[in-house]
Amino acid sequence: MSVTIPSFTLSSIGPWLTLTVGAIFLLLLDALSPKGRKAYFPQLSLVALGIAALQTYCLWGRSGTDFARMIYLDNFSFFFYFIFILGTALTVMLSRQYLEDWGKNLGEYYALVLFATAGMMLMASSAHFIMIFLGLEVMSIAVYVLAGLFREDFKSNEAALKYLILGAFSSAFLLFGMAMLYGAAGGTLYLPDLAARLTDKAFVSTPLALLAVALLIVGFGFKVASFPFHMWTPDVYEGAPTSVTAFMAVGVKAAAFAAFARVFFLVFPSLKVDWVMVLWVLAVATMTIGNVTAIAQTNIKRMLAYSSIAHAGYLMVGLVAANQLGAVSLLYYLLAYTLMNLGAFGVVILVGRKKDAYLNIYDYSGLGAQHPVLAATMALFMFALAGIPPTAGFVGKFYLFSAAVQAGFIWLAILGVMNSLVSVYYYLRITVLMYMKPAEADLGPVAFSPATTAVLVATAVGVLWAGVFPGFLYNLAVNSVKIFPGM
Amino acid sequence: MQILFMILAAIALSSGVLVVFQRHPLRSALYLILNFFAVAGMYLLAHAEFIAAVQIIVYAGAIMVLFLFVIMLLNLRQPEEEAKPPHILQKISGITLAVFVALLLIYGFTQAKLPAPGKEAAAGLGNTEAIARALFTDYLLPFEVTSVLLLVAIVGAVVLAKQKLK
Repeated sequence: MSVTIPSFTLSSIGPWLTLTVGAIFLLLLDALSPKGRKAYFPQLSLVALGIAALQTYCLWGRSGTDFARMIYLDNFSFFFYFIFILGTALTVMLSRQYLEDWGKNLGEYYALVLFATAGMMLMASSAHFIMIFLGLEVMSIAVYVLAGLFREDFKSNEAALKYLILGAFSSAFLLFGMAMLYGAAGGTLYLPDLAARLTDKAFVSTPLALLAVALLIVGFGFKVASFPFHMWTPDVYEGAPTSVTAFMAVGVKAAAFAAFARVFFLVFPSLKVDWVMVLWVLAVATMTIGNVTAIAQTNIKRMLAYSSIAHAGYLMVGLVAANQLGAVSLLYYLLAYTLMNLGAFGVVILVGRKKDAYLNIYDYSGLGAQHPVLAATMALFMFALAGIPPTAGFVGKFYLFSAAVQAGFIWLAILGVMNSLVSVYYYLRITVLMYMKPAEADLGPVAFSPATTAVLVATAVGVLWAGVFPGFLYNLAVNSVKIFPGM
Repeated sequence: MQILFMILAAIALSSGVLVVFQRHPLRSALYLILNFFAVAGMYLLAHAEFIAAVQIIVYAGAIMVLFLFVIMLLNLRQPEEEAKPPHILQKISGITLAVFVALLLIYGFTQAKLPAPGKEAAAGLGNTEAIARALFTDYLLPFEVTSVLLLVAIVGAVVLAKQKLK
C-alpha cells in the first residue's frame, strides 16, 4: 500500500507560511526572552510582513492552483494579500504606544495579529470551501482574543464575548450553507468544480442551491457587518482595544469581502438573478441603517463602527453590480478604506491618550487651534470617508456607483449617493467641532510617537495619492479580477 | 436498517428538543449526551465507523465532561433571577421564521437530486484508512492549517487566562 502525496511548491503559500512561522517565532521568543526585553516585537512583526509582501510581489502574475487544488494562485488573491499586509503593518505600528499605555505590550498580541492575517490570506486564496472555513476560523479566533485583550476593562470583555458567541453562530450558518451546496452540486466543494456544475440547469433550479446561497449570505454578511447581521458591530468596535478595532474594521471586512466576492462571482454566476436582488436590498438597508444611526453617536469609536457598517453597504454595491467595474471598484475601495480608516483610528488613538480617556466627539472641539496638524489630518480622513474629492474615498465611491449605473441599477446608485450625503453630516461634524468650537478644556500635550506619526503621514499621503492618481491601482485591480467569468 | 434509522432519528430529535426546554443546565447537558450517542449511531448506519467513534470520544467524552465541570464549578443550581419572558411578538415571529425555514428545508430536500452514494472504500481498506489517505493527500493543506487553528486557539486561551489582574 503506497500513498503518493500530491506534489506541491511551498513558495505558492510563501506569504502565508512566513506570517505563520513569524508568529510562532514571536511566541517562542516571548517565552524565552527575559522580562522587560520585549521592545522589538513590533519591529520583528514588520520584518515578517515585509518578507511576506516581497514574496507576494514575486508571486504576482502566477496563476493556477496548488496543494491538490486547495488554493488559487491568482492576482485576485495577491491583491488582497497586499491589502492585508498593508492593513496589518499599519495596525502593528499603531499598537505599540497604545498597548504600552495600557500596560499590555504582550508578545502574544503581535503573534495573534500575524495569525489573523495568515487566516485572511487563506480566505482570499482558497479554492475549496473547507479552506474558506479554516481561514475564517483562524482569523476569527485570533480576533476574538484580541478584542478581549484588556481583561480589567468591562467593555473589552463584553466585546470579546459578544463577538465570540455571535461569530460562532454565523460560522454555523456558513457551514450549513456549505453542506447544502455539497448536496445540491452532487458531492463536491471545490470552487472550480462547483462553478462548472452549477451552470447546469438541473442544479440551478434546485431549492437546495438557493438555500445554500441564502445561508452563505448570512455567514459572510455577519463578517462584513451588513444589515441585518450588524447588531454586534457597535458594541464590539467600542469595547475592543482601539488598535484591534482598526484591524477588525479593515482586515476582517476585506477578508470576508474577498471570500464573498470569489464565491459569488465564480460559483454562483448562474444564480445571479436570485442573489443580486437580495444583495440589492441588503446593500441599501445596510447603508441607510449605518449612516442614519451614526448621526446619533457621541462616542467616536461607535460612530466609526456605524460608519463601517455603512461602508459595508457601499462595498456591497460592487457585488450587486457584478460586472467588471463592480469587482474593480470593490478592490479599489477596500484598499482606499484601509488607508482612510486606519488613519482615522490613528488620530482616535492619539487624541484618546492614556487609557482612552478622550473618546467623546466633543473632546475634539478646539483641536484645530491646539494641534493644527493633527486636526488637519483628521479632517482629511473625514473628508475621505465622506467621499469628497480629491481623496481616495471619492474615487472609490465614484467607481462603485458608476458600476451600479453600468449594470442598470440606477436607483441603487441614487440611494447610494443620497446616503453619502447623509454621511457628510456626521463626518463634517467632527471637522466643525475641531475648527469652529472652542475647547471645552485644555487638551494638553498629545504624545506623538514616531510610529503613530509615520502611520498618519503614510495614510494621509496614500489617501491623497490614490485619490489624485487612481490609475495605477485601477489597472492593478482590473488585472486582478480577470479570473471571474465575464470580466 | 430503515427501522433502526427511524428509532435513532426519533431519539436524536426528541433529545435535541429536550436540551432546549430544560430549565436546569445539568439536565440539558445530559440530554445532549443522549443526542450525541443517537447521532453516532446514525453515522454507524451510514458506514462511517471512524466518525462515529470520534463523535463518541470527542463530543460525548471530552467536550461533555468539560461542560459538566463548568456547570458544576459555577454551581448553577437555580437561576438567580427569572429570565424575562420574551415579548409575544418575539415568540410569534420566532416560531413563524422557524417553521418557514423548516418547510423550506423539507421542500429543498425532497426536490434535491442527491447524487448516488459515494463509492465504497477500496477493497482491503477500512474506513479509517480511507480517511487517513484523504487527509494526507488531497486534504494535506487543510489538515496542516487545522493544526495552526488549534495553536491559535491555545495561545488565545492562555493570553486571556494567564493575564495578571490588578
